[in-house]
Order: sequence, then structure tokens, then C-alpha cells
Amino acid sequence: MDKFTELTGVAAPLPIINLDTDKIFPAIYLKTIKRTGLSQWLFQEIRFKPDGSENPDFVLNQAPYRQAKILVGADNFGCGSSREHAPWALLDFGIRCVIAPSFADIFYNNCFKNGILPIALPKEICDELMEDAKKGANAVMTVDLENQTVSRPDGEKVHFEIDAFRKHCLLNGLDDIGLTEQKSGDIGSYEKKAELARPWQFGMTQKGR
Amino acid sequence: MAQPRTLFDKIWDSHVIAPQGEGTYLIYIDLHLIHEVTTPQAFEGLKLAGRGVRRPDKTMAVADHNIPTVNRAAGVAGIAEPDSLLQVQTLERNVKEFGVPYFPITSIDQGIVHVIGPEQGLSQPGMTIVCGDSHTATHGAMGALAFGIGTSEVEHVLATQTLIQAPAKNMLIDVNGTLGTGVSPKDVILAIIAKIGTAGGTGHVFEYAGSTFRDMSMEGRMTVCNMSIEAGARAGLVAPDEKTIAYVKGRPFAPKGAAWEQAEAYWRTLPSDPGSKFDKEAHLDAKDIAPHVTWGTNPEQAAPVTGRVPDPADEADPLKRAFIERALQYMQLAPNTRLMDVPVQRVFIGSCTNSRIEDLRAAAAIAKGRKVADGVTALVVPGSGHVKHQAEEEGLDRIFVEAGFQWRDAGCSMCMSMNDDKAMNGERVATTSNRNFEGRQGKNAKSHLMGPAMAAAAAVTGHLADVRDLG
Repeated sequence: MDKFTELTGVAAPLPIINLDTDKIFPAIYLKTIKRTGLSQWLFQEIRFKPDGSENPDFVLNQAPYRQAKILVGADNFGCGSSREHAPWALLDFGIRCVIAPSFADIFYNNCFKNGILPIALPKEICDELMEDAKKGANAVMTVDLENQTVSRPDGEKVHFEIDAFRKHCLLNGLDDIGLTEQKSGDIGSYEKKAELARPWQFGMTQKGR
Repeated sequence: MAQPRTLFDKIWDSHVIAPQGEGTYLIYIDLHLIHEVTTPQAFEGLKLAGRGVRRPDKTMAVADHNIPTVNRAAGVAGIAEPDSLLQVQTLERNVKEFGVPYFPITSIDQGIVHVIGPEQGLSQPGMTIVCGDSHTATHGAMGALAFGIGTSEVEHVLATQTLIQAPAKNMLIDVNGTLGTGVSPKDVILAIIAKIGTAGGTGHVFEYAGSTFRDMSMEGRMTVCNMSIEAGARAGLVAPDEKTIAYVKGRPFAPKGAAWEQAEAYWRTLPSDPGSKFDKEAHLDAKDIAPHVTWGTNPEQAAPVTGRVPDPADEADPLKRAFIERALQYMQLAPNTRLMDVPVQRVFIGSCTNSRIEDLRAAAAIAKGRKVADGVTALVVPGSGHVKHQAEEEGLDRIFVEAGFQWRDAGCSMCMSMNDDKAMNGERVATTSNRNFEGRQGKNAKSHLMGPAMAAAAAVTGHLADVRDLG
């Protein structure tokens, strides 16, 4: 996973509440067995017309936002399916940060696993950032994870909160599995204890019939 | 005296292995269900890192999303669509290579992952259960903490049998009283989502409590828990009771003999202690719940079938108003249209929400002696090979076929249309599935969520209909 330290880029406005993961990445394209190259299907239904050509009204088809690295969204961003294809497709497009008043839990989690920083900020602040993001080529923001700030185009810094463990993992590009494997002793002792307490749960999928 | 603990607290506490940083814990996973769509990249990750599956004995695989619902006897070779075929073949190769137990698609044990977990006795009270699918909350009906995860987490569980998680908050969903005639568990959960909103449960685990859930069948509880995610909750639980215990007993993977005694005693300790504190609560009265249908493109956009399509002009918040306007534009519905005047061209009875035997019985009771309306295509897709078999034993298949419904093999089918079952040319669908998102059931498909009897009523009348009028 790529480290996330500081990010400067154009922020695109996406003022749609309850933006679901079917909209971010339609189910029909979940047939891929790869996690790369998925941006071709990102926002498929709203980004392209039925004939496959670009919908010029969609923000990511407009000049400065084609290079967007940040999205400013609305409430309950990423609700619906657990598909990690949604963050994979965002990442493949070049999005490394999503700012919104609230996120759906699974999407929020999935972002961190892929080096994308989801930032939850109060609605009033998001409303201001949404206005900033509408400034086209001037919608440039800087996200500083170490200091937990978003710098607006006018230079004003907005502070955000983030869980310390997740911050640590993003800053260092750490692989969760590698970290957990360092605790394999703890996992082994837990399993011994649990097998004594709840023996019927062990070997269970191989018992049956 | 010890602090009273909720069902969720008890399951959480007994699964914490170690703290993993501030407010985050490493927790143990008792059962990992996997399917073909969200695992190929996880197995690829394991291979690249030279890792194996830590506990194949706590992992169970099945293919459900991509498979055709006709000609199942042809097996994997019967999957015509090349990408779907590749995904199922990839799962079959991976389970073989990593030694993971698997229900083949020709087996009677095959079915939708969230139907077969409880049906096989794999999903049991007090467990932590995960699957790379947001409707994993279904297994919460067994009194298990069950939630959906992304593919990176699937890989994490395969490799370590653990997850890094922050504890959720507790939310009580309290519904009391007897449901009226024609009102189903689907209406209960649609009414709950309409009341608290699609993000009403974010960061929380629901506990469904109150006499309405105590009186509900296990299948009904599964329908309710299934859609917890549609209210944003991470999971939804019902406390294990006599019904739960009777349901698990004797199933293929349920504990037997002395282990059964020990398990049952443990399960009886799980219900929330009296005086448990919940961070949030919602209360509904069963008598106020009518048969519901959705009119928009999000499950919270639901209303009693006797109602009308809302007018966005009544919504003051501009973003919310835009969301309703967009939904009505997509659904091609005018404000104030009577819901029962909305015609349908396609009907889908199935999905992990409503494809169990009780659902098929409810739909068949309406279909019996009636005919699918002209211009309507109606599909019944059982949730598993066993559900299909039982329905056939009861003669439900004949009722459906005589009424003009198509009787199919088990799978996810038109819930998200990854196989050949989909709405064509923007058809309007009466569906018993869980999501009415844009395009989910086919390009420009307009989905109306409802219970199985209501979907059957729509099939025979050709429009959204109140099942209470069909008697």
C-alpha cells in the first residue's frame, strides 16, 4: 500500500447524498478478478451516456477535475454494498482523499486498506469546502495527514480527526496482515482458550453431515 | 456488581484477542463465509505473499452471485458468460489449492451464502461471522455478530482468522405488538428504515427487541436482520431464544451430543442483561406498520402501499430535495402519484432477503388460482437447493408454474443481476430483494422493494397492489 503523508490536488465537488457503491461501481462489472484498471467503470451510469461517450455534465469529465485527487461529497458517502471495487476504482482514477460529513462504515474501512484517506468533517465545514471545490482550476487543496489539516484554496487550515492507529498505518503504508502476523502468538493463545470454552466451533466446517 | 452488558457487548468481549492501538482491537472470527465475487483478489494477495488460509475449518465457500438459475445440472460448464465462468472457476481453483470446504453448484447444499449459513447450522448464536458481502447481517437473526467486509479484510481473515476493528455502539430497535393481516417482516424492516433513515444506524449494531421480533419466525428475523445495512448499521442481532435453539438443533453442522448440551447452555447466557444501556433507541408500534413498497432509489424511500409518491417540494433541505428529485426522475414517477397506480413489467421473488421457504409459501398463497398479468414476466428463485426441494415437496412450484411464474434454481439472480436474470429496457420491477439502487437490476431498471406476498400480488394484478385486497 502506498504511504499517505501529504496530498495537494484539485478537489471535485460531488454534492449527492447517499452516494451508493452501486453508483460508484456498478455490480455488473464486479466480474473482474483483478483490482487494477477499474477506473474505466467508475461512476459508469452518471459519467457516460448510453452510447458510451462521456457525459459532459458530470464533474469528473470537466477539464480541471479530470486530474482531481480529492472528492468533496455529501452525507452517507459510500453506502450500500461492501464491494472494495469502489475504492479500487477511485484510486485507479487518481482519488486519494474523500471529504464528506459522514461515511458508510464499510466503505470508510475499505478506503484505509487502499491508501485512500476518508475525512469526516462537520456539515457546515463540508458546505464551505464544497463551494471551494466548485472553483475549477482554483479548487486546489492540500491534505496534511501528519498535522491532520486540510488547507483550503485561500490558505485557511481546517483540522480533522482520525483514529491514531489508522493514521499510523496510512503514514507508513503499513500492511494490516503483516501487523497482525506479529501477534500470531496472541492469536494462538486465544484459539487454545476459545477451543476449551467453545469446542463445537472448531473444525466445524469440516465436520458436517 | 458487574455492569449489565448487551448481546453485542458479550459477543465482542469474548472475541477480543488484544488491543491494536488506540480504540482498535484485534478480534477473532469464528466463521468466514466466502463466495466468488469478493475473493479472487484476496486469494491472489495470499499467493503473492506466500500465505495460506489459517483456518480452513472455519471457512466455507459457495458460488451464488454469478451462476445461472436454469440448467443447474450442467454445472460450471453451464455458465455461458465468460467473465462469470472465470470467476466461478477461479473460486473452485482457489478452494482446492487452499483446502477450503466448498458446496459445488450442482449440490443441493448450494444456495445464497446468507441462506445456507443458517440452513446448514453453520451460523450459530454467539459467533462472529464475516463475509465479503454487506448482507452478512442476515446471520444476526441467529444471535451472531455478523457483518460484511471488503476484500482486503477477506484476505486478512483468510490469513489470520482475525480482524482489526473498533467496537460499534449499541442501538435498540424496539417493536411491540402483533402485525396486522398481510403485514410481513419485510414491511417491518422497510418501516424501520423509512423511520430512522438509510444512515440512521451508522457506527451502530442493532439489537431487534420487543414482542414483534419474539413472535417472529426465524426466517422473518433473517429478513429483518438482512436489511440492517440498509439503515447503515454494521450488524443487526436478535437475542437467541427457544426458537433459535430449536432451529439450529439437528442441522448438518450444528453441534451434537455433549457438545450440543454445552453449546445450548452457553447460548442461553447471551441475551442482553436487564438494564443494559443502548447508545440510541428507536421505537415502533407493530399496529402502525402497513404493507410497504419503495418508490425511490434508496431503501429509505419507502411508504405504505396505500400512499402516494412524495412531492420533493415538501423537502426543505436542498441536497435531500435534489436526492428525491433525482430518484423520481430515474423512477419516472410524478409527485403525488398513487402507488397502487404504478404498473410493473417484471417481478422477482428471491434474494438473501426473501427466498426462504416461508417467503415462497407467502407468495404461493397469493399466486394460487390466479394468473400472472399480461405483459408481466415473473421469476421465483429459491434461496438454496434445499429450499427448492422443500418447496417442490409442498407443491409450491406447481402453484407458481400454473400461475405463469418461472421456477428457477437457487442463486442471487436478479437482486443485482450479475447473471442473465435482469430487467430489460428500463422495465419496472416488483422485487423482494434489498436494494433499489439505480441500475442494480438492469440498465435503467426501476426497482420497487416489497415483501414476497406483495410481489406476488403485483405479478397477478400487473401493478403495485395491496396484498390485503387479494385476501
